[in-house]
Amino acid sequence: MSINFRDLLALEPLTADELGFLLDQSKPFQEIQKHPLKKLATLRGKTVALAFFETSTRTRISFGTAASRLGADTMNLQAEASSLKKGETLLDTVFNLNAMKPDCLVMRHAASGAADYVARHLDIPVVNAGDGTHEHPSQGLLDALTIRDRLGTIKNLNVTILGDILHSRVARSNIHLLGKFGCKFTLCGPAMWVPRELEKIAPGTAIRCVYRIEEALEGADVIIMLRVQTERLNDPPLSADDYVLLYQLNAERLRRASPNAIVLHPGPMNRGIEITPEVADGPQSCVLEQVTNGVAVRMAILYLLISGATESGTHPALEVKSKESANATD
Amino acid sequence: MLLIRNGRVIDPASNTDAVRDVLLDGEKIKEVAPPGKIAASQDVEVFDATGLIVAPGFIDLHAHLREPGQESSETIETGTRAAARGGFTAVCCMPNTKPVNDNASVTRFILDRAKVGGSVRVWPIGAASVGSKGEAIAEIAAMKEAGIVAVSDDGKPIATAKLAQQVMDYCQSLSLPVMEHAEDVSLAAGAVMREGVTSTRLGLRGMPAAAESVCVARDVQLAELTGARVHIAHLSAKSSLEQVRWAKSRGLRVTCEVTPHHFTLIDEDVQYDSKFKMNPPLASREDRKALLAGLEDGTVDAIATDHAPHESALKDVEFDKAPFGVTGFETALGLALEQLVHAGRISLMRLVELFTAGPARVLGIDRKIWPGQPSDLTLFSFDSSWTFRVGESASKSRNSPFDGRNFKGGPVATIVAGRVVYKR
Repeated sequence: MSINFRDLLALEPLTADELGFLLDQSKPFQEIQKHPLKKLATLRGKTVALAFFETSTRTRISFGTAASRLGADTMNLQAEASSLKKGETLLDTVFNLNAMKPDCLVMRHAASGAADYVARHLDIPVVNAGDGTHEHPSQGLLDALTIRDRLGTIKNLNVTILGDILHSRVARSNIHLLGKFGCKFTLCGPAMWVPRELEKIAPGTAIRCVYRIEEALEGADVIIMLRVQTERLNDPPLSADDYVLLYQLNAERLRRASPNAIVLHPGPMNRGIEITPEVADGPQSCVLEQVTNGVAVRMAILYLLISGATESGTHPALEVKSKESANATD
Repeated sequence: MLLIRNGRVIDPASNTDAVRDVLLDGEKIKEVAPPGKIAASQDVEVFDATGLIVAPGFIDLHAHLREPGQESSETIETGTRAAARGGFTAVCCMPNTKPVNDNASVTRFILDRAKVGGSVRVWPIGAASVGSKGEAIAEIAAMKEAGIVAVSDDGKPIATAKLAQQVMDYCQSLSLPVMEHAEDVSLAAGAVMREGVTSTRLGLRGMPAAAESVCVARDVQLAELTGARVHIAHLSAKSSLEQVRWAKSRGLRVTCEVTPHHFTLIDEDVQYDSKFKMNPPLASREDRKALLAGLEDGTVDAIATDHAPHESALKDVEFDKAPFGVTGFETALGLALEQLVHAGRISLMRLVELFTAGPARVLGIDRKIWPGQPSDLTLFSFDSSWTFRVGESASKSRNSPFDGRNFKGGPVATIVAGRVVYKR
């Protein structure tokens, strides 16, 4: 199997087979993270443009590290230094970057749909590294990889997502990926952040919105925390004390979940707000594995889109047995 | 003189649906008679309208011609040429130009430009408040003397209930309708589409239907308080329509218009393409159904385009950043035929009413194919196939969501003051 898409803009349009394939392709790159020498020559001579129109630390460094471990060079554009501040349009900025002939564009932007819009105008692969409140595909993939590693499967799990779901691109990518493997979702948080419309955003996937954390955690296999964005706490004004009272994940509440439940957080965490240090650092927490897996997933994405764009099939050195995808129709 | 021969005259105001010859003598209609009864003498030019529908000249209550100030998006010349191609013989242009049409000099400028380069009649709408800022009342009487036909702060609502009450009182005494862009700005703040499953899925900020209907409720109450003629512009929500229906049942002088894009498209059609971004935004499936019912049962008084051209430099950007608005003149009749008549919802008579007698009633004028009436006629075909190509549009802008759409029936000729200003 190979990929038949040029860009990675969202997980919503991908099939379970395609998503499983992306996860399988990440496996050998996970191994590489454990080696003393981590650099490959796979994409030597290729250039990855990293265009972060919205500030980001973790994701930008993760994609940069992924590119360099594949032997690719990077060009960097950061919001503060960009000509967007001088009034240039997004498309003009991207055309200028493209004129320097990168082989792939990784972009983050505050507007939902921005990567989709740019991809329609470019002839190189575009990777969405987060667009507004829409999707964050590589985060969705690295979360799934982390869950699969810990629990042995991503099928038919009870997944609870806590926090500001309405404004979360991570939550949408999680739902569109895990939902295709039969996972059931419980979304929980303050009512204005968890509108009922969310129950219908992925037809075919069971999604329910609840407003009591105790109910949301009951029997959960996976708990995905979202960062409480302090800027959102001001719009509309919501008391941080109330949030802690109603929705903070602490050890006592966590006991309602399945005994093997794991806790994910895309970071950065607000310790003491959405999660207690005890839980964040506890044995059920996977937050640092997520970060490590992030590099592997992004290596797989860059590898597949850049080399897969010209030749189909898997890199011989990275041939792996497709596991999840082979069983996807079970 | 121009003789429109053998067309099927459909005229709601005179309750006519019959094959007729219509003789135009310059600016006025001279005679309407059964076919062959009017002798074609030497000085009469003949237009064979066999197989065509001959309607009173279409009136668009709501358009943006962008002049003065935004001529890179549209001018009165290009906008009225597009209007003529859409079958419109008169367009009401909203005052949110640069500068705002809030005084008689701007009104006169618009009318002067229309006289020189306009293909169709241009009827300016004056701002309700100075600069449409929602503070002081604009010089409405002076603008009326200069030629405005209504007032509006379109682009936004009249800022406060108090100001709206005062404007309504004042316009009532001046016999002018108040056209309201109904929107609660706090509910709509930052939103780029209608709130619902689609906005939630796409991660785009949505405004609820109540962003419109809360303001409609305010205006309907104020219409009762003041007795003024209040017209709800580009009505998009079921809940707003229910307010209008209630107002009409109480005998209030409240009217409303619906745009072709709102009765054709819904929020689910939005896909990060700014050609689907307008305000009010595309509404829900249920709202569209309600609008269709309102067009059918008479609650809706007029179809208006809200033609809102934007040059590509402004519109071809990320969805969040793009300005609201789509062009609409050239596709209005085709969409109305498709969605309303061919779909079996309304009769041709009702369709013509929505483009002629309906909007005329809102403005307080007559629109009729009758001797002595202005020689404004719209000739259209009921079933000829054609395709809308935005690249061939007469508008300066290209922001239509209907590029490439195939239509059955559309404008064939537009006649203003006895002159054929457009012929397919």
